[in-house]
Amino acid sequence: MNARDLARQLRIHFLHSVTEPAEFRGELTVRLTEPSQLPEVAGFLRDELKFDLLLDVTSLDNYGEDPRWTLVYEFYSLAHRAHLRLKTDVSEEVSELPTICRVWRTAEWHEREIYDMMGIRFTGHPDLRRILMWEGYPYFPLRKDFPLEGRPSAMPEVAFSERAPLEGGPFVTAPGAKDAIRREPRVRRPGGEG
Amino acid sequence: MKTVRQVVQPDPAAAAELQGDRLVLNMGPSHPSTHGVLRLIVELDGEVITKAQPDVGYLHRGDEKIAENMTYTQFIPYTDRLDYLAPLANNVAYVLAVEKLLGLTDRMPLRGQYIRVICCELARISAHLLGLGAFAMDVGAMTVFLYASTQREKIYNLCESLTGARFTTSYTRIGGLARDLPEGWGEQCRQFAAEVIVAINEIEQLLTRNRIWVERTRDIGVIRPDAAISYGLTGPNLRASGVDHDLRKAHPYLVYDRVQFDVPLGSVGDCYDRYLVRMEEMRQSARIINQCLDQLPDGPVNVEDGKVVLPPKARVMTRMEELIHQFMLVTQGVNVPPGEVYFGAENPKGELGFYIHSRGGGTPYRLKIRAPSFVNLSILPELLPGHMMSDVVAILGSLDFVMGECDR
Amino acid sequence: MKQAAEIQYDSRLEGDLVVTRLDAAINWFRKNSLWPMPMGLACCAIELMATGASRFDISRFGAEVMRFSPRQSDVMIVAGTVTYKMALVVKRIYDQMADPKWVIAMGACASTGGMYRSYAVLQGVDRVIPVDVYVAGCPPRPEALLDGLIKLQAKVAREPVASVWKQPPQEPVRPAAALALDAPTQAVPKP
Repeated sequence: MNARDLARQLRIHFLHSVTEPAEFRGELTVRLTEPSQLPEVAGFLRDELKFDLLLDVTSLDNYGEDPRWTLVYEFYSLAHRAHLRLKTDVSEEVSELPTICRVWRTAEWHEREIYDMMGIRFTGHPDLRRILMWEGYPYFPLRKDFPLEGRPSAMPEVAFSERAPLEGGPFVTAPGAKDAIRREPRVRRPGGEG
Repeated sequence: MKTVRQVVQPDPAAAAELQGDRLVLNMGPSHPSTHGVLRLIVELDGEVITKAQPDVGYLHRGDEKIAENMTYTQFIPYTDRLDYLAPLANNVAYVLAVEKLLGLTDRMPLRGQYIRVICCELARISAHLLGLGAFAMDVGAMTVFLYASTQREKIYNLCESLTGARFTTSYTRIGGLARDLPEGWGEQCRQFAAEVIVAINEIEQLLTRNRIWVERTRDIGVIRPDAAISYGLTGPNLRASGVDHDLRKAHPYLVYDRVQFDVPLGSVGDCYDRYLVRMEEMRQSARIINQCLDQLPDGPVNVEDGKVVLPPKARVMTRMEELIHQFMLVTQGVNVPPGEVYFGAENPKGELGFYIHSRGGGTPYRLKIRAPSFVNLSILPELLPGHMMSDVVAILGSLDFVMGECDR
Repeated sequence: MKQAAEIQYDSRLEGDLVVTRLDAAINWFRKNSLWPMPMGLACCAIELMATGASRFDISRFGAEVMRFSPRQSDVMIVAGTVTYKMALVVKRIYDQMADPKWVIAMGACASTGGMYRSYAVLQGVDRVIPVDVYVAGCPPRPEALLDGLIKLQAKVAREPVASVWKQPPQEPVRPAAALALDAPTQAVPKP
């Protein structure tokens, strides 16, 4: 059974919440319109469709759009040697969705990382703490409105952070910006225009 | 099979009486056997671990945020520093992901692909040698580390003549390689592949039937296949548990379908199995290198596409079109279509995956690195309890992680 | 005093006795047995291991005794990227080292933050601890690290020792700035 058949089965089983699979570069992506159904879908994927490996969980910040967050799950089936991506959107007001670490233990760290980097919470997670940054760091660094050079913060005895001197870098022009000034890397600020 | 806990405590009633306060011990982030900056907080009952909590992130450098602020090509040097024991393999994995997004995968010239495979396998030998050397040193066998080091220096010499650097290679480019093989490199590589086998045999004689080594690793840190899968383990750690999953076989990329090699599997999933699997993988890597050198075709190494690969300098100076291409590639980067891909490569530590979300243009909108070390470490809270404190170093050594990749 | 004077003129001891400044003797001992505290943080740690291993053999310079305990070491080799999360840990380990102590910042990251201009990386370890020698490179080759070590030895050789003992103890006696070999030998700047 290939990924397309498996995605179709998933679609049949969750007709109202899973979309038709879309294909790009040989990879199938389905969207889950109801994030609350995530644990059920995950359980079905693992137990019925034999997607036994959860490769990765990623979050996207669609800054300036609604819904703001997109969660991306990469599943792999050892039995069928098939890959499937599942995406689900979460709005900024909610910023919360159910955990799937009861289905795959590996999700525990991936979800902690997403909470750490993006500030999306997972209900039912046993240990939702920061993982890469230190406990008490006030920002979520992978959000698009957070600058690359960072912001100052201080926690006595634990850690501190400062603004890194970018000295005009990173030196990347922004293709498609409106005019030459906006294309110039030196005036570009993360989260800003261009 | 008995865990240490069962051996140490024969009578539960007597043991309960003996149980005293738990001792919380902090290990790392600066500790010789945490291989970098891993921190472990372990709760001990006597010498037996009751609870373990890894604390990662001491080397979190913000690679994913940096990637969003530069072109695809500019990010290649950062991939060197992910798993810094196998930079060549990281370079290859990253550009393969970008090429997949560009839709170039089927157009890559064969010679470049063979060279990339050689690079990946050299990196695998290099990473396993150091991982094994450090593992053995932690358990008390210093010689292995020095033997492994000698062989790694030979790999560094090869890397240096190939790329100009000892291990921050940045050798691949989107659509090809920085340069073709230097003259005589193939012969040197073949000679190394022969020499490393001798060294591996020597290491094997030192360890495989060494009583201390066997006692320290056998039945220690047993990972059952279902636990390994649930925790998302990949690479040698997964295969040592007996799960036959190797991306080079399951989804052959590059020219892995044109070479013959075996995928070693473990049966128990303990530290000893992980050691044996890595030893055999190195032999198979040498085998792959030899086959690639035999089959290596002539021809270009870069894809024929002026919008992806920098044109030759002579043409840039004489022709308008190439000049424009060069200018656009350098200032704006490769123009990547909108879309998203995930590409996983079988790296020495496991499946190194890149998820790239592009909204068009020369900069990724989001680049997520699926770091095998990060995932492999997540099993520690389940794996460590029940073991003695001294087993921690053996288990950590056998999991063979790199914090640069784990924390990104 | 009388005895000492006798020894000075005893011809039987000729050839077994060297007269030198106390500073020179102590610094000679110190500089040839610098025990490193390998603060291996990232990629540079691999080159640090290579420097210690068979081919480059740091023991030729008396610095092969890698001690993971700060109490037993003289020179901290900060090898790798220092993140903000790690910064105070590095400082704490440095504080635990016994005087006299020196620091080598190995590689671009430890010296300036290097290619990691980001929210998570300390822009140079000299923001938390004083650095004696900066070694350039990403990562520096083992030869470069050995060169840094030799430069540190040259610096150690010129440090005042006995004159400092006579003074009442005071706060950091060494300048945090980098070693400038060409600069005239500067005694400890008085606060």
